[in-house]
Amino acid sequence: MSAASLFLPLVGGDSPSEYVSHHLKHFAQPIGQGGFWTVHVDSLLVSVVIGILGIGLFWWMGRKATAGVPGKFQAFIELAVEFIDGQVRDVFHGDRRFVAPLALTIFVWIFLMNALKLLPVDLGPGVAKGAFGLEYFRLVPTTDLNITLAMSTTVLLLMFAFAIKAKGGFGFVAELFTAPFHAHNPLVKVVLAPANFGLNVIEYLSKPVSLAMRLFGNMYAGELVFLLIALLYMAGGQFLFGDGATLGSQAGGLLAFLGGVLAGAGWSIFHILVISLQAFIFMILTVVYLSMATEAH
Amino acid sequence: MTLNATFIGQFIAFAILIWFSYRFVWPPLVLAIEERQKKIADGLAAADRARKELADADARVADEIRKARVEASAIADRAQKQAVEIIEKAKQDAIAEAARQRAAAEAEIENLSFKAREILRQQVAELAVKGAEKILAREIDAARHRDLLDALAKEI
Repeated sequence: MSAASLFLPLVGGDSPSEYVSHHLKHFAQPIGQGGFWTVHVDSLLVSVVIGILGIGLFWWMGRKATAGVPGKFQAFIELAVEFIDGQVRDVFHGDRRFVAPLALTIFVWIFLMNALKLLPVDLGPGVAKGAFGLEYFRLVPTTDLNITLAMSTTVLLLMFAFAIKAKGGFGFVAELFTAPFHAHNPLVKVVLAPANFGLNVIEYLSKPVSLAMRLFGNMYAGELVFLLIALLYMAGGQFLFGDGATLGSQAGGLLAFLGGVLAGAGWSIFHILVISLQAFIFMILTVVYLSMATEAH
Repeated sequence: MTLNATFIGQFIAFAILIWFSYRFVWPPLVLAIEERQKKIADGLAAADRARKELADADARVADEIRKARVEASAIADRAQKQAVEIIEKAKQDAIAEAARQRAAAEAEIENLSFKAREILRQQVAELAVKGAEKILAREIDAARHRDLLDALAKEI
């Protein structure tokens, strides 16, 4: 085993493009005929486990929370709860008993799923392959569009539910045809109805799509950059210890490796911000959308 | 990047997680926080009340001290006055007593000098009589001329 083999990828092909495309493949399991009926077992499994762990932590704390002097962990949990409650209070004016725990769930879950990105890119696939013999495994569920779109679609359905609850079934449907362009003349109303309806459909659809795309895009792009940084390490290692290395190629390899270290550290530190920010944006936009759904135009 | 049944799975998982969070996670945490907030508010209110009570008590104490001081000085004044009175009275008594004793002594002296004069007079009278007896020898009968001699003694 040569020193250069230390810098070969743990999983994936030998060429850089093979490595990247290998890391972007899901552990997919077809149900029946496949096609749409395929499940990304990795995304689903990781997100459910992470969700149970994260929300379970809050649940466990909630069970043993006391009104007395809190311990450090309880204080931390309460800090998170109060922070989210404060954010929701600023945006959503109404009964927060459902919206606040919804916001907590979204924030905690997305934050934890995003946080998996700070693990080395080869760790998830490597463990999956080494321990379970799985060829493909993607660790970060939020880099899967299915996951983000499912969450934003849930938010869309909640928007409908909130709107119907606030305005009644008839009021909600009527508003689809009478807002945002208002008219008093019945004839003008009829003329404006298709335009209003079209605009409302677009408005309602753009919200979940933008929610899902924003989170997915940020995470997916970040993941790609992490993969490229990993390639930089590997290339550096190959040049340093590869066969027929000259002094020049070794110097270049060292530079590439050091550059990879620097870029990896910087990108990881930057992603501490990104993962929190994306979780926060998803949460706060959900609350904003629900607040808009309850208000009449 | 294809949409597939993962979407449905995640959709269900998310719905369950939201429900669980709404039902079991959020309420006890918020309850604990609100309870503690109430406790802290109560504690602060109690502290304020205690501070106010302390200030009141301080004011009362100062008031009492001031009153006590006034009273003490009144008592001292009264005591001084009384002392002066007692001394004055004692002085008066002493003067009166002294005067009385002097008077008694003077009376005694008067009395004694009178008695002494009386005795002296008697003795002089007796001496005179004895002298006269010696001079007159038998001519004068002591018994017969007693009243005469007495009168003489008195005159002396």
